[in-house]
Amino acid sequence: MKCGIVVFPGSNCDHDCYHILKQVLNQETHWLWHKEEANLESFDLVILPGGFSYGDYLRAGSIAHFSPIMNSIIRFASAGGKVLGICNGFQILLECGLLPGALIQNQSRKFICKNVFVNIDNPNTAFTQNCKDNRVLEIPIAHHQGSYYIDPHSLSQLEENGQIIFRYCDTNGKVSTESNPNGSVGSIAGVANEQKNVMGMMPHPERCADPLWPRIDGQLIFQSLISNS
Amino acid sequence: MLAQIHVTFKDGVLDPQGKTVHHALNDLGYDEVQDVNIGKYLEVKLDSTSEEEAEIRVREMCEKLLANTVIESFRFTLVPTD
Repeated sequence: MKCGIVVFPGSNCDHDCYHILKQVLNQETHWLWHKEEANLESFDLVILPGGFSYGDYLRAGSIAHFSPIMNSIIRFASAGGKVLGICNGFQILLECGLLPGALIQNQSRKFICKNVFVNIDNPNTAFTQNCKDNRVLEIPIAHHQGSYYIDPHSLSQLEENGQIIFRYCDTNGKVSTESNPNGSVGSIAGVANEQKNVMGMMPHPERCADPLWPRIDGQLIFQSLISNS
Repeated sequence: MLAQIHVTFKDGVLDPQGKTVHHALNDLGYDEVQDVNIGKYLEVKLDSTSEEEAEIRVREMCEKLLANTVIESFRFTLVPTD
């Protein structure tokens, strides 16, 4: 699988993603610099990593939306290329309109950094196809603006189209208000576009994908993408 | 010309900051406070000559960048400067 990882000023999970794909999973991995457009035709996957692109000024992801590389990524996504946005990358995909909805400040008004459980709502996507036997993943979150918002009409459309990929849940996969860390509508932790080739998620799979750590649930996301390519 | 722009959350979007300030005001004895909505205020200096042109351009700036219309609404006034 040929992967590209975008580097914005303020990205800070770019090296983690690179490490997992290149060193842990032995995939061909390239950096993509935010200031340059790129020919992505030969790529299988582009990742927008977590961090604080442009200092989260104005709104998280709002300035990164207008970086030159985003023109290439919007073209790549429109042609069916797979794009994964993690945390700040998710915020950027929403600002670009590649994904529906928006992310606002956590209900608790606090930065939350902890391990959570997510339930795989749709295991039939390129991002989750290896999760069929393992529907509950333990993945860390680390964010301040991670409360997913979408209006009720669009929410039912998401549900109908199977665009909700992850929901926050407890260890047994039960979705409830108690297991929702940030006040997200429908406990949503990750969504895809209608074609399911663009996906954004607040949890960080790259932070639990190196076998040096006790937990490697995040590998399932990357393994799904590798199986699919 | 100066554009004075207000950006606030739309109805139905949770505003945890506003909620907290609302409760703080009630705690201070301001029982008449029914709701607080916290937003952003931006001042954008323009060298536009006509107000009509500035009106169109500022609206475009708001829709493109300054507000996320999925969750926010905006309004602005144009003030002449020397």
